[in-house]
Amino acid sequence: MTDTVFGMTMIVLICALFTAGAVAAVYRIIVGPALLDRVVATDVLIATVMCALGAEMAINHHTHTLPVLLVLAMFAVVGSISAARFLANQDDA
Amino acid sequence: MTDFADTVTLVLVFFGALMCFAAGVGLLRFPDVLARLHAATKPQIFGLIVICFDIVLSSPGIGTITMAVAIIVFQALTAPVSAHLVSRAAYRSGRFRPESLIRDDLAVRMASGDEASAGAAPGRGDGTGPDDASAGRPTD
Repeated sequence: MTDTVFGMTMIVLICALFTAGAVAAVYRIIVGPALLDRVVATDVLIATVMCALGAEMAINHHTHTLPVLLVLAMFAVVGSISAARFLANQDDA
Repeated sequence: MTDFADTVTLVLVFFGALMCFAAGVGLLRFPDVLARLHAATKPQIFGLIVICFDIVLSSPGIGTITMAVAIIVFQALTAPVSAHLVSRAAYRSGRFRPESLIRDDLAVRMASGDEASAGAAPGRGDGTGPDDASAGRPTD
């Protein structure tokens, strides 16, 4: 797949888009004005990591990190739920 | 055939990456938590569905299909829960713009002291209370 110009162009473009999304999420985690902004940005970062792992599997034709995706889909929600549930009243966290 | 499958794989991965990029742009550009939450759900559901479909296309098999369906099901179960709790906390802490809401039923319930019983007792909170008529769309 990587031996054609189209394939390499698409792969570089995909890497650039994933990197831009992850950097935007990290920026919002760092400067986010409220705790809930950081929680939402953490969810976006986890979703970006999951999509990037899956993209790497699809491009390289293997399935070695599918259990990682399954565990992330099941348990990545715990952090945001606990933060939103118990820290909702702290405005300047 | 292999070239065609690889092209489809690359295009689907590109759509998933585009969803992640759109979520990042929405996180940077949108003004409050509720709007950012709207942008954040795109890679969580649609991007992951596209990527899982892409993995199944890339390396087909019964194990791969089972795992991909399980990943999509669990993500679709857990992502709305966290989104609901985050938006609830954002509403309670006042981190949203009231002028961005067209209809706000929860404010009427919280003002009338009915919100606790609406959350606890089934049968209330179904939009048939006497206060709901006054919470309609603005009439100006």
